[in-house]
Amino acid sequence: MASYSTSEFKGGLKLMMDGDPCSIIENEIVKPGKGQAFNRVKLRNLKTGRVIERTFKSGESLEAADVIELDMQYLYNDGEFFHFMHPESYDQYQADESAVADAKLWLKDQAMCILTLWNDAPISVTPPNFVELEIAETDPGLKGDTSGGGGKPATLETGAVVRVPLFVQIGEVVKVDTRTGDYVSRAKA
Amino acid sequence: MVYAWQPACSIELIRLRARVLHEIRLFFYAENVLEVETPILCHAIGTDPFLDFFSTAELTGKQPSLYLQTSPEFAMKRLLAAQTGSIYQITKAFRKGELGRLHNPEFSMLEWYRVGYDLRQLMDDAELLLGRLLPEEYFSEPATRLCYADVFQQYTGLNALQFDLECYQLVAEKRGLVDAIRLCADDHSSWLDFLFSHIVQQELVKYGICMIYDYPACLPSLARLNTDNPLTVARVEVFVNGIELANGYYELADPQQQRQRFEQEILIRERNGAERVQQDERFLAALQNGLPDCSGIAIGLDRLLMIISQKNHINEVLAFPVENA
Repeated sequence: MASYSTSEFKGGLKLMMDGDPCSIIENEIVKPGKGQAFNRVKLRNLKTGRVIERTFKSGESLEAADVIELDMQYLYNDGEFFHFMHPESYDQYQADESAVADAKLWLKDQAMCILTLWNDAPISVTPPNFVELEIAETDPGLKGDTSGGGGKPATLETGAVVRVPLFVQIGEVVKVDTRTGDYVSRAKA
Repeated sequence: MVYAWQPACSIELIRLRARVLHEIRLFFYAENVLEVETPILCHAIGTDPFLDFFSTAELTGKQPSLYLQTSPEFAMKRLLAAQTGSIYQITKAFRKGELGRLHNPEFSMLEWYRVGYDLRQLMDDAELLLGRLLPEEYFSEPATRLCYADVFQQYTGLNALQFDLECYQLVAEKRGLVDAIRLCADDHSSWLDFLFSHIVQQELVKYGICMIYDYPACLPSLARLNTDNPLTVARVEVFVNGIELANGYYELADPQQQRQRFEQEILIRERNGAERVQQDERFLAALQNGLPDCSGIAIGLDRLLMIISQKNHINEVLAFPVENA
Protein backbone atom coordinates (compact mmCIF):
# COMPACT_ATOMS: atom_id res chain seq x y z
CA MET A 1 0.00 0.00 0.00
CA ALA A 2 1.26 3.49 -0.82
CA SER A 3 1.97 5.97 1.92
CA TYR A 4 2.26 9.73 2.19
CA SER A 5 4.90 11.69 4.09
CA THR A 6 3.86 14.83 6.00
CA SER A 7 5.50 16.95 3.31
CA GLU A 8 2.86 15.68 0.87
CA PHE A 9 -0.07 16.47 3.16
CA LYS A 10 -2.69 18.75 1.67
CA GLY A 11 -6.43 19.25 1.74
CA GLY A 12 -8.36 16.34 0.20
CA LEU A 13 -5.62 13.72 0.67
CA LYS A 14 -7.07 10.35 1.82
CA LEU A 15 -5.23 8.56 4.63
CA MET A 16 -5.72 5.68 7.03
CA MET A 17 -6.00 6.81 10.63
CA ASP A 18 -6.68 4.36 13.48
CA GLY A 19 -8.05 1.86 10.97
CA ASP A 20 -10.49 4.24 9.32
CA PRO A 21 -10.19 6.09 6.02
CA CYS A 22 -9.91 9.85 6.55
CA SER A 23 -9.65 12.91 4.36
CA ILE A 24 -7.41 15.88 5.23
CA ILE A 25 -9.38 19.09 5.71
CA GLU A 26 -6.53 21.30 6.86
CA ASN A 27 -2.79 20.87 7.34
CA GLU A 28 -0.73 23.42 9.24
CA ILE A 29 3.00 23.28 9.89
CA VAL A 30 3.81 24.26 13.44
CA LYS A 31 7.44 25.01 14.12
CA PRO A 32 8.31 26.56 17.43
CA GLY A 33 11.50 28.60 17.34
CA LYS A 34 14.31 26.42 16.19
CA GLY A 35 12.45 23.45 17.65
CA GLN A 36 10.81 20.46 16.14
CA ALA A 37 8.38 20.81 13.28
CA PHE A 38 4.94 19.29 13.65
CA ASN A 39 2.10 18.92 11.19
CA ARG A 40 -1.17 19.77 12.86
CA VAL A 41 -3.86 18.15 10.78
CA LYS A 42 -7.65 18.34 10.75
CA LEU A 43 -9.14 15.17 9.27
CA ARG A 44 -12.61 13.98 8.48
CA ASN A 45 -13.31 10.33 9.23
CA LEU A 46 -14.98 9.25 5.99
CA LYS A 47 -17.01 6.52 7.69
CA THR A 48 -18.46 8.52 10.56
CA GLY A 49 -18.10 12.07 9.19
CA ARG A 50 -16.51 13.11 12.46
CA VAL A 51 -13.73 15.69 12.39
CA ILE A 52 -10.60 14.93 14.41
CA GLU A 53 -7.40 16.85 15.08
CA ARG A 54 -4.09 15.05 15.11
CA THR A 55 -0.42 15.99 15.19
CA PHE A 56 2.47 14.32 13.37
CA LYS A 57 6.17 14.86 13.48
CA SER A 58 7.35 16.30 10.20
CA GLY A 59 8.78 13.46 8.16
CA GLU A 60 6.37 10.81 9.46
CA SER A 61 4.46 8.77 6.92
CA LEU A 62 0.88 7.56 6.91
CA GLU A 63 -0.69 4.80 4.90
CA ALA A 64 -2.77 6.02 1.98
CA ALA A 65 -6.45 5.10 2.01
CA ASP A 66 -7.78 3.45 -1.13
CA VAL A 67 -10.69 5.84 -1.44
CA ILE A 68 -12.34 7.04 -4.61
CA GLU A 69 -15.38 9.17 -5.25
CA LEU A 70 -17.58 8.22 -8.19
CA ASP A 71 -20.69 9.74 -9.73
CA MET A 72 -23.39 7.09 -9.52
CA GLN A 73 -27.04 6.72 -10.24
CA TYR A 74 -29.29 5.71 -7.34
CA LEU A 75 -31.47 2.76 -8.35
CA TYR A 76 -33.63 1.55 -5.48
CA ASN A 77 -33.79 0.48 -1.85
CA ASP A 78 -34.59 -3.20 -1.21
CA GLY A 79 -35.37 -2.61 2.44
CA GLU A 80 -31.87 -3.54 3.60
CA PHE A 81 -29.52 -2.10 0.99
CA PHE A 82 -29.48 0.91 -1.26
CA HIS A 83 -28.42 0.06 -4.81
CA PHE A 84 -26.38 2.28 -7.08
CA MET A 85 -25.06 1.94 -10.62
CA HIS A 86 -22.13 3.47 -12.42
CA PRO A 87 -23.64 5.19 -15.50
CA GLU A 88 -20.89 4.09 -17.87
CA SER A 89 -19.60 0.75 -16.64
CA TYR A 90 -23.04 -0.33 -15.32
CA ASP A 91 -21.21 -1.76 -12.28
CA GLN A 92 -23.61 -1.99 -9.39
CA TYR A 93 -22.85 -1.30 -5.74
CA GLN A 94 -24.94 -1.81 -2.64
CA ALA A 95 -24.60 0.46 0.37
CA ASP A 96 -25.98 -0.23 3.81
CA GLU A 97 -28.00 2.16 5.97
CA SER A 98 -24.95 3.44 7.87
CA ALA A 99 -23.12 4.38 4.67
CA VAL A 100 -26.12 6.17 3.20
CA ALA A 101 -27.02 7.83 6.52
CA ASP A 102 -28.80 11.18 6.09
CA ALA A 103 -28.30 11.15 2.32
CA LYS A 104 -31.33 8.84 2.06
CA LEU A 105 -33.56 11.84 2.81
CA TRP A 106 -32.62 13.30 -0.56
CA LEU A 107 -32.32 10.21 -2.77
CA LYS A 108 -34.89 9.83 -5.50
CA ASP A 109 -34.84 6.88 -7.89
CA GLN A 110 -32.57 7.51 -10.91
CA ALA A 111 -30.99 10.58 -9.24
CA MET A 112 -27.23 11.11 -9.50
CA CYS A 113 -25.08 11.32 -6.40
CA ILE A 114 -21.48 10.80 -5.31
CA LEU A 115 -20.56 7.44 -3.85
CA THR A 116 -17.37 7.23 -1.78
CA LEU A 117 -15.77 3.80 -2.09
CA TRP A 118 -13.15 2.47 0.31
CA ASN A 119 -11.47 -0.70 -0.90
CA ASP A 120 -14.26 -0.83 -3.47
CA ALA A 121 -17.06 -0.80 -0.86
CA PRO A 122 -19.39 2.19 -0.41
CA ILE A 123 -18.78 4.07 2.86
CA SER A 124 -20.69 7.26 2.23
CA VAL A 125 -23.13 8.88 -0.15
CA THR A 126 -23.21 12.56 -0.98
CA PRO A 127 -26.35 13.88 -2.68
CA PRO A 128 -26.05 16.75 -5.16
CA ASN A 129 -25.90 20.17 -3.44
CA PHE A 130 -29.33 20.98 -4.86
CA VAL A 131 -32.19 18.56 -5.48
CA GLU A 132 -35.68 19.06 -6.83
CA LEU A 133 -38.33 17.04 -5.05
CA GLU A 134 -42.12 16.91 -4.97
CA ILE A 135 -44.07 17.87 -1.88
CA ALA A 136 -45.98 14.86 -0.58
CA GLU A 137 -47.65 16.50 2.34
CA THR A 138 -48.11 19.96 3.81
CA ASP A 139 -50.87 22.01 5.42
CA PRO A 140 -52.78 24.17 2.97
CA GLY A 141 -51.40 27.69 3.10
CA LEU A 142 -53.41 30.80 3.86
CA LYS A 143 -55.23 32.14 0.84
CA GLY A 144 -53.58 35.10 -0.81
CA ASP A 145 -50.30 34.75 1.09
CA THR A 146 -47.51 35.20 -1.38
CA SER A 147 -45.04 36.86 0.93
CA GLY A 148 -43.15 33.71 1.79
CA GLY A 149 -42.73 34.92 5.35
CA GLY A 150 -43.30 32.56 8.26
CA GLY A 151 -43.38 29.23 6.49
CA LYS A 152 -44.64 25.77 7.36
CA PRO A 153 -43.22 22.23 7.42
CA ALA A 154 -43.58 20.12 4.28
CA THR A 155 -42.79 16.43 3.80
CA LEU A 156 -41.08 15.68 0.49
CA GLU A 157 -41.50 12.54 -1.63
CA THR A 158 -38.29 11.12 -0.14
CA GLY A 159 -39.42 11.65 3.45
CA ALA A 160 -37.33 14.74 4.22
CA VAL A 161 -39.12 17.50 6.08
CA VAL A 162 -38.23 21.08 5.10
CA ARG A 163 -39.67 24.48 5.93
CA VAL A 164 -41.37 25.99 2.92
CA PRO A 165 -43.24 29.27 2.36
CA LEU A 166 -46.97 29.21 3.08
CA PHE A 167 -47.94 29.47 -0.60
CA VAL A 168 -46.27 26.20 -1.62
CA GLN A 169 -48.75 23.35 -2.05
CA ILE A 170 -48.87 19.55 -2.23
CA GLY A 171 -47.75 18.24 -5.61
CA GLU A 172 -45.44 21.17 -6.33
CA VAL A 173 -41.74 20.53 -6.94
CA VAL A 174 -39.29 22.52 -4.84
CA LYS A 175 -35.54 23.06 -4.97
CA VAL A 176 -33.71 22.31 -1.71
CA ASP A 177 -30.10 22.80 -0.59
CA THR A 178 -29.09 19.36 0.75
CA ARG A 179 -26.13 20.76 2.74
CA THR A 180 -28.39 22.88 4.95
CA GLY A 181 -31.79 21.28 4.35
CA ASP A 182 -33.15 24.71 3.37
CA TYR A 183 -35.85 25.42 0.82
CA VAL A 184 -34.42 27.47 -2.07
CA SER A 185 -37.30 28.06 -4.49
CA ARG A 186 -40.10 26.46 -6.40
CA ALA A 187 -38.69 24.43 -9.26
CA LYS A 188 -39.20 26.01 -12.64
CA ALA A 189 -41.77 24.04 -14.57
CA MET B 1 2.12 24.74 -21.61
CA VAL B 2 1.36 28.23 -20.38
CA TYR B 3 3.74 29.57 -17.75
CA ALA B 4 2.40 31.91 -15.11
CA TRP B 5 5.14 34.55 -15.05
CA GLN B 6 3.39 37.20 -12.99
CA PRO B 7 4.27 37.93 -9.35
CA ALA B 8 2.13 36.17 -6.77
CA CYS B 9 1.73 39.28 -4.62
CA SER B 10 0.32 42.65 -5.58
CA ILE B 11 2.50 45.56 -6.69
CA GLU B 12 1.30 47.27 -3.51
CA LEU B 13 3.05 44.57 -1.46
CA ILE B 14 6.25 44.99 -3.45
CA ARG B 15 6.14 48.71 -2.61
CA LEU B 16 5.39 47.96 1.03
CA ARG B 17 8.46 45.70 1.20
CA ALA B 18 10.63 48.49 -0.21
CA ARG B 19 9.23 50.98 2.34
CA VAL B 20 9.86 48.59 5.24
CA LEU B 21 13.46 47.93 4.12
CA HIS B 22 14.03 51.67 3.81
CA GLU B 23 12.57 52.29 7.26
CA ILE B 24 14.84 49.61 8.76
CA ARG B 25 17.93 51.16 7.15
CA LEU B 26 16.95 54.63 8.40
CA PHE B 27 16.54 53.25 11.93
CA PHE B 28 19.96 51.59 12.05
CA TYR B 29 21.67 54.48 10.29
CA ALA B 30 20.39 56.85 12.99
CA GLU B 31 21.50 54.38 15.67
CA ASN B 32 24.96 54.14 14.15
CA VAL B 33 24.68 50.39 13.55
CA LEU B 34 26.73 49.28 10.55
CA GLU B 35 25.09 47.46 7.64
CA VAL B 36 27.08 44.37 6.58
CA GLU B 37 26.89 41.53 4.08
CA THR B 38 28.03 37.97 4.72
CA PRO B 39 28.05 35.01 2.34
CA ILE B 40 24.96 32.90 1.80
CA LEU B 41 27.12 30.10 0.38
CA CYS B 42 29.50 28.81 3.10
CA HIS B 43 31.72 25.85 3.93
CA ALA B 44 29.95 25.16 7.24
CA ILE B 45 26.39 25.17 8.47
CA GLY B 46 24.57 25.35 11.80
CA THR B 47 24.12 22.18 13.82
CA ASP B 48 20.55 23.00 14.90
CA PRO B 49 18.97 19.60 15.39
CA PHE B 50 15.74 20.54 13.64
CA LEU B 51 16.93 22.70 10.77
CA ASP B 52 17.37 21.10 7.41
CA PHE B 53 19.61 22.80 4.89
CA PHE B 54 20.37 22.80 1.18
CA SER B 55 23.83 21.72 0.18
CA THR B 56 25.25 22.56 -3.21
CA ALA B 57 27.39 20.62 -5.60
CA GLU B 58 31.08 20.67 -4.73
CA LEU B 59 32.95 23.89 -5.39
CA THR B 60 35.64 22.49 -7.63
CA GLY B 61 37.07 19.03 -8.13
CA LYS B 62 37.57 17.28 -4.80
CA GLN B 63 36.40 20.11 -2.55
CA PRO B 64 33.51 19.39 -0.21
CA SER B 65 30.07 20.79 -0.89
CA LEU B 66 28.92 24.20 0.23
CA TYR B 67 25.80 25.06 2.18
CA LEU B 68 23.12 27.68 1.74
CA GLN B 69 22.99 29.36 5.15
CA THR B 70 20.04 28.77 7.49
CA SER B 71 21.03 32.02 9.25
CA PRO B 72 23.88 34.54 8.92
CA GLU B 73 24.72 34.15 12.61
CA PHE B 74 28.18 32.55 12.50
CA ALA B 75 29.55 34.90 9.85
CA MET B 76 28.17 37.96 11.63
CA LYS B 77 29.78 36.86 14.89
CA ARG B 78 33.09 36.51 13.07
CA LEU B 79 32.71 40.15 12.10
CA LEU B 80 31.86 41.10 15.69
CA ALA B 81 34.98 39.25 16.89
CA ALA B 82 36.94 41.40 14.43
CA GLN B 83 35.68 44.50 16.31
CA THR B 84 33.16 45.89 13.83
CA GLY B 85 30.98 47.15 16.67
CA SER B 86 27.17 46.80 16.37
CA ILE B 87 26.08 45.46 12.98
CA TYR B 88 22.92 44.54 11.05
CA GLN B 89 22.18 42.63 7.90
CA ILE B 90 19.19 42.13 5.62
CA THR B 91 19.70 38.82 3.87
CA LYS B 92 18.14 35.65 2.53
CA ALA B 93 18.19 32.47 4.60
CA PHE B 94 17.31 28.96 3.44
CA ARG B 95 15.66 26.08 5.29
CA LYS B 96 14.89 22.88 3.50
CA GLY B 97 11.46 21.35 3.90
CA GLU B 98 9.88 24.40 5.49
CA LEU B 99 6.85 25.11 3.38
CA GLY B 100 3.42 26.23 4.50
CA ARG B 101 1.27 29.16 5.52
CA LEU B 102 4.13 30.76 7.46
CA HIS B 103 7.10 29.18 5.69
CA ASN B 104 8.88 29.47 2.37
CA PRO B 105 12.20 27.58 2.10
CA GLU B 106 13.92 30.81 1.03
CA PHE B 107 13.04 33.78 3.19
CA SER B 108 14.17 37.28 4.09
CA MET B 109 15.72 37.96 7.44
CA LEU B 110 16.82 41.00 9.35
CA GLU B 111 19.49 40.12 11.88
CA TRP B 112 21.28 42.56 14.14
CA TYR B 113 23.76 42.57 17.02
CA ARG B 114 24.24 45.24 19.66
CA VAL B 115 27.61 45.25 21.33
CA GLY B 116 27.35 45.81 25.10
CA TYR B 117 23.60 45.01 25.25
CA ASP B 118 22.09 42.36 27.50
CA LEU B 119 18.76 40.65 26.74
CA ARG B 120 16.59 43.38 28.35
CA GLN B 121 18.29 46.10 26.32
CA LEU B 122 17.89 44.02 23.17
CA MET B 123 14.16 43.65 23.89
CA ASP B 124 13.86 47.44 24.26
CA ASP B 125 15.70 47.83 20.97
CA ALA B 126 13.45 45.37 19.14
CA GLU B 127 10.38 47.08 20.56
CA LEU B 128 11.63 50.45 19.34
CA LEU B 129 12.23 49.17 15.82
CA LEU B 130 8.92 47.26 15.63
CA GLY B 131 7.21 50.44 16.83
CA ARG B 132 8.44 52.09 13.62
CA LEU B 133 7.35 49.23 11.38
CA LEU B 134 4.07 47.85 12.72
CA PRO B 135 0.74 49.71 12.60
CA GLU B 136 0.17 52.05 15.55
CA GLU B 137 -2.56 49.95 17.17
CA TYR B 138 0.04 47.39 18.26
CA PHE B 139 1.71 50.00 20.41
CA SER B 140 -1.21 51.67 22.16
CA GLU B 141 0.64 50.34 25.20
CA PRO B 142 4.11 48.83 25.65
CA ALA B 143 4.62 45.25 24.39
CA THR B 144 3.69 42.56 26.92
CA ARG B 145 6.77 40.83 28.34
CA LEU B 146 6.31 37.38 29.83
CA CYS B 147 8.82 34.99 31.25
CA TYR B 148 8.63 31.56 29.56
CA ALA B 149 8.14 29.57 32.75
CA ASP B 150 5.33 31.91 33.89
CA VAL B 151 3.40 31.83 30.65
CA PHE B 152 3.87 28.06 30.36
CA GLN B 153 2.60 27.58 33.90
CA GLN B 154 -0.33 29.90 33.30
CA TYR B 155 -1.69 28.07 30.24
CA THR B 156 -0.65 24.47 30.86
CA GLY B 157 -0.36 24.36 34.64
CA LEU B 158 3.05 22.72 34.19
CA ASN B 159 6.52 23.60 35.41
CA ALA B 160 8.59 24.19 32.27
CA LEU B 161 11.88 24.06 34.14
CA GLN B 162 11.35 20.79 35.96
CA PHE B 163 10.35 17.87 33.77
CA ASP B 164 7.75 15.55 35.25
CA LEU B 165 6.74 13.12 32.52
CA GLU B 166 3.56 11.93 34.23
CA CYS B 167 2.25 15.47 34.75
CA TYR B 168 3.07 16.38 31.16
CA GLN B 169 1.29 13.27 29.85
CA LEU B 170 -1.75 14.03 31.98
CA VAL B 171 -2.07 17.52 30.53
CA ALA B 172 -1.71 16.17 26.99
CA GLU B 173 -4.52 13.68 27.64
CA LYS B 174 -6.75 16.28 29.21
CA ARG B 175 -6.29 18.61 26.25
CA GLY B 176 -6.94 15.91 23.65
CA LEU B 177 -3.32 16.06 22.47
CA VAL B 178 -2.61 12.35 22.79
CA ASP B 179 -0.14 12.41 19.90
CA ALA B 180 2.29 14.24 22.19
CA ILE B 181 2.76 11.10 24.26
CA ARG B 182 3.89 9.12 21.22
CA LEU B 183 5.91 11.90 19.57
CA CYS B 184 7.71 13.36 22.58
CA ALA B 185 8.34 10.14 24.55
CA ASP B 186 10.55 11.19 27.48
CA ASP B 187 12.32 14.11 25.79
CA HIS B 188 11.78 17.32 27.75
CA SER B 189 12.56 19.73 24.92
CA SER B 190 10.18 17.93 22.54
CA TRP B 191 7.45 18.22 25.15
CA LEU B 192 8.10 21.93 25.58
CA ASP B 193 8.03 22.46 21.80
CA PHE B 194 4.81 20.49 21.50
CA LEU B 195 2.88 22.02 24.38
CA PHE B 196 4.10 25.56 23.72
CA SER B 197 3.08 25.44 20.06
CA HIS B 198 -0.22 23.62 20.61
CA ILE B 199 -1.45 25.31 23.78
CA VAL B 200 0.47 28.45 24.73
CA GLN B 201 1.04 30.03 21.35
CA GLN B 202 -2.63 30.48 20.49
CA GLU B 203 -3.17 32.20 23.84
CA LEU B 204 -0.57 34.78 22.82
CA VAL B 205 -2.86 36.09 20.07
CA LYS B 206 -4.69 38.26 22.58
CA TYR B 207 -1.58 40.22 23.56
CA GLY B 208 -1.05 41.63 20.07
CA ILE B 209 2.69 41.97 20.43
CA CYS B 210 4.43 40.06 23.20
CA MET B 211 7.93 38.98 24.09
CA ILE B 212 8.62 35.66 25.78
CA TYR B 213 11.99 35.66 27.53
CA ASP B 214 14.26 33.40 29.60
CA TYR B 215 13.75 30.07 27.85
CA PRO B 216 14.34 26.74 29.63
CA ALA B 217 17.99 25.72 29.46
CA CYS B 218 17.14 22.63 27.40
CA LEU B 219 16.19 24.99 24.53
CA PRO B 220 19.44 27.00 24.55
CA SER B 221 20.46 27.37 20.92
CA LEU B 222 23.17 30.05 21.06
CA ALA B 223 21.98 31.88 24.17
CA ARG B 224 24.04 32.14 27.34
CA LEU B 225 22.87 30.68 30.63
CA ASN B 226 21.29 33.14 33.04
CA THR B 227 23.62 33.51 36.02
CA ASP B 228 20.74 34.12 38.46
CA ASN B 229 18.84 31.01 37.28
CA PRO B 230 20.96 28.43 35.45
CA LEU B 231 17.78 26.48 34.57
CA THR B 232 17.11 29.21 32.01
CA VAL B 233 18.92 30.87 29.13
CA ALA B 234 18.86 34.50 28.04
CA ARG B 235 16.73 33.97 24.95
CA VAL B 236 13.73 35.95 23.72
CA GLU B 237 11.08 35.28 21.12
CA VAL B 238 8.72 37.93 19.80
CA PHE B 239 5.17 36.93 18.91
CA VAL B 240 2.70 39.13 17.06
CA ASN B 241 -0.89 37.84 16.95
CA GLY B 242 0.52 34.51 18.09
CA ILE B 243 2.89 34.32 15.08
CA GLU B 244 6.53 33.83 15.93
CA LEU B 245 8.32 36.82 14.44
CA ALA B 246 11.77 37.06 16.03
CA ASN B 247 14.28 35.05 18.03
CA GLY B 248 17.13 36.64 19.98
CA TYR B 249 19.85 35.85 22.49
CA TYR B 250 22.27 37.36 24.90
CA GLU B 251 24.98 35.65 22.93
CA LEU B 252 27.00 32.78 24.26
CA ALA B 253 30.65 33.83 23.97
CA ASP B 254 32.37 30.92 25.73
CA PRO B 255 34.07 28.77 23.05
CA GLN B 256 34.17 25.65 25.26
CA GLN B 257 30.46 25.81 26.03
CA GLN B 258 29.73 26.52 22.37
CA ARG B 259 31.77 23.48 21.30
CA GLN B 260 29.86 21.31 23.80
CA ARG B 261 26.52 22.51 22.48
CA PHE B 262 27.61 21.76 18.92
CA GLU B 263 28.61 18.26 20.00
CA GLN B 264 25.29 17.72 21.78
CA GLU B 265 23.36 18.95 18.76
CA ILE B 266 25.34 16.76 16.41
CA LEU B 267 24.46 13.77 18.62
CA ILE B 268 20.77 14.66 18.51
CA ARG B 269 20.99 14.96 14.72
CA GLU B 270 22.60 11.53 14.53
CA ARG B 271 19.92 10.05 16.78
CA ASN B 272 17.19 11.52 14.57
CA GLY B 273 18.86 10.35 11.39
CA ALA B 274 19.38 13.94 10.21
CA GLU B 275 22.12 14.78 7.73
CA ARG B 276 25.62 14.81 9.23
CA VAL B 277 27.25 18.17 9.85
CA GLN B 278 30.63 19.40 11.07
CA GLN B 279 30.97 22.17 13.58
CA ASP B 280 32.02 25.49 12.11
CA GLU B 281 35.68 25.72 13.16
CA ARG B 282 36.12 29.23 11.77
CA PHE B 283 33.27 30.42 13.98
CA LEU B 284 34.74 28.62 17.02
CA ALA B 285 38.14 30.18 16.29
CA ALA B 286 36.47 33.61 16.31
CA LEU B 287 34.94 32.87 19.73
CA GLN B 288 38.35 31.70 20.92
CA ASN B 289 39.75 35.04 19.88
CA GLY B 290 36.97 36.76 21.81
CA LEU B 291 33.40 37.74 21.00
CA PRO B 292 32.51 41.11 22.50
CA ASP B 293 29.69 41.05 25.01
CA CYS B 294 26.61 41.39 22.79
CA SER B 295 23.00 40.47 22.11
CA GLY B 296 21.51 39.68 18.73
CA ILE B 297 18.10 39.01 17.23
CA ALA B 298 16.63 38.02 13.87
CA ILE B 299 13.24 39.01 12.46
CA GLY B 300 11.47 37.14 9.68
CA LEU B 301 10.72 39.95 7.25
CA ASP B 302 8.14 38.09 5.17
CA ARG B 303 6.09 37.39 8.29
CA LEU B 304 6.47 41.02 9.34
CA LEU B 305 5.01 42.02 5.96
CA MET B 306 2.17 39.51 6.45
CA ILE B 307 1.33 41.14 9.76
CA ILE B 308 1.51 44.71 8.44
CA SER B 309 -0.60 43.91 5.38
CA GLN B 310 -2.93 41.51 7.28
CA LYS B 311 -2.31 38.62 4.91
CA ASN B 312 -2.95 35.05 5.94
CA HIS B 313 -0.41 33.22 3.78
CA ILE B 314 3.27 33.99 3.20
CA ASN B 315 2.76 33.55 -0.56
CA GLU B 316 0.63 36.69 -0.50
CA VAL B 317 3.66 38.84 0.36
CA LEU B 318 6.23 37.14 -1.88
CA ALA B 319 6.75 38.15 -5.48
CA PHE B 320 7.76 34.63 -6.42
CA PRO B 321 7.07 31.95 -3.80
CA VAL B 322 9.06 28.76 -4.28
CA GLU B 323 6.25 27.13 -6.28
CA ASN B 324 6.75 29.61 -9.13
CA ALA B 325 10.24 30.90 -8.40
